[in-house]
Amino acid sequence: MKLMNSTNDLLLVTSSPHVHSRDSVPDAMRDVLIALVPALVCGLYFFRLPALMVIVSCLASAYGAEYLCLKLQNKPVPVREQSALVTGLLLSFCLPPSLPLWMAALGSAFAIVIVKHLFGGLGHNIFNPALIGRAFLLASFPVAMTRWTSPIDGVTTATPLGIMKEAAGQQLPEISQLFIGNVSGSIGETSALAVLAGGLYLLYRRHIDWRIPGSFLGTVFLLTALIGVVTGKGMLFPVFHLFAGGLFLGAFFMATDWVTSPVTKVGRLIFGAGCGAFVVLIRLKGGYPEGVAYSILLMNVVTPLIDRYTKARVFGGAK
Amino acid sequence: MNLMQEFTKGIIKENPLFRLMLGTCPALAITTSVENGLGMGAAFTGVLLASNIVISLMRSIIPASVRIPAYVVIIASFVTMTDQLMHAFTPGVYKSLGIFIPLIVVNCIILGRAEAFASRNSVVPSIVDALGMGLGFTIALVMVCTFREVLGSGTFLGIQLLPEGIPAILMILPPGGFITLGCLLGFLNKMQKKYAL
Repeated sequence: MKLMNSTNDLLLVTSSPHVHSRDSVPDAMRDVLIALVPALVCGLYFFRLPALMVIVSCLASAYGAEYLCLKLQNKPVPVREQSALVTGLLLSFCLPPSLPLWMAALGSAFAIVIVKHLFGGLGHNIFNPALIGRAFLLASFPVAMTRWTSPIDGVTTATPLGIMKEAAGQQLPEISQLFIGNVSGSIGETSALAVLAGGLYLLYRRHIDWRIPGSFLGTVFLLTALIGVVTGKGMLFPVFHLFAGGLFLGAFFMATDWVTSPVTKVGRLIFGAGCGAFVVLIRLKGGYPEGVAYSILLMNVVTPLIDRYTKARVFGGAK
Repeated sequence: MNLMQEFTKGIIKENPLFRLMLGTCPALAITTSVENGLGMGAAFTGVLLASNIVISLMRSIIPASVRIPAYVVIIASFVTMTDQLMHAFTPGVYKSLGIFIPLIVVNCIILGRAEAFASRNSVVPSIVDALGMGLGFTIALVMVCTFREVLGSGTFLGIQLLPEGIPAILMILPPGGFITLGCLLGFLNKMQKKYAL
């Protein structure tokens, strides 16, 4: 040790890797926040003040919980701490705008404390914290978590997927409205267009791999198209399922979570396809109208297995 | 042999649930209300006490090679008695504990005490050991129950503490059991290190 930190820094010898990238976790988190802005703007435009309040409570609670957890563990609190904000924002995006604020804050704190820090903190969680936060709230407060309001005027109404599943008589919204997001639903999920814009930005910045959203959305589309053709529901059926609910938000922002998704290329394709298959299964056969959150959580569980079985063989190594 | 020590070890030092990590199945499954916890604790303590006494008395005549089947038969007889007694006198608790009363037969704490203590000690220490372990397990169950009932149903022993709509139903569902037990174990381990219990 004495030799190494002497004045002779030129002779410093370290092990590989020697080439460094400027990318860092805070930079990546900043890009995710930027990518979430279009969906944020759409959510605020469609759901107004209630949505803003839910988002602010989630962010404040997530940041507070993160700060508290790090302090309790005597760990330094990074100046540019943004991962908790990403979790809080993503959670608020999959909550109904009319949710009582303390519930939103509770879910956010649960996501940070139980799902993230009790499993070892950033990079060690086995589940996506935002999605477990949502699952926790849905299991705990089923009434408040399924009270949906229409955009702009805030009248209580069913979501498009809810209409599809439970109220067959009601008029389904037009596909164009579904794409823009002028339908009832969670704050940040209704506008497929805005989420897609953010997702493309992340793809462009190479923070996420196209394989997960690609195989995820592709599987949902193919399966529902097959069902649409076989049952005679036509080609509007798969398009509806593609743009309805939180599929885009899940595919671009939740399933691609670096910590809880596979690292191998083939593994990512399997992961996305598995998510897609579960979504279709839950939406068409399950008890809930929407299944994006649970499908991703189910695939989070098998991520280590997928990684193990798709590990690349060492070139020239034994078979 | 210090009888006081034999009694208190079951409560803190060798608490069956928090230290030996035994009996986690009932501790996760039935701890949705404090009433359940007390009922399970009482049934468990009764069976443990009776089986410890009988096994301790018969320890010299049970051949070592068939001791486990012999213990299970003795324990099962007392579990059947407890089951019938609870069915008759506490039908409410009997109904909500359900299958977990007959399952006391395979409760590893009871078999563990038979093997580790009653089969090697005389009657009086075995009684004290059973009472200490029973109390320790009951306290542990009631601790888990308290968190789950207050947070999950907003009540304590049926007394309303939180208004409707506030309690998080998840806490009385299976995940709530795991979360509560995990957090309690972590906290108690930390306390143990701090105060060197």
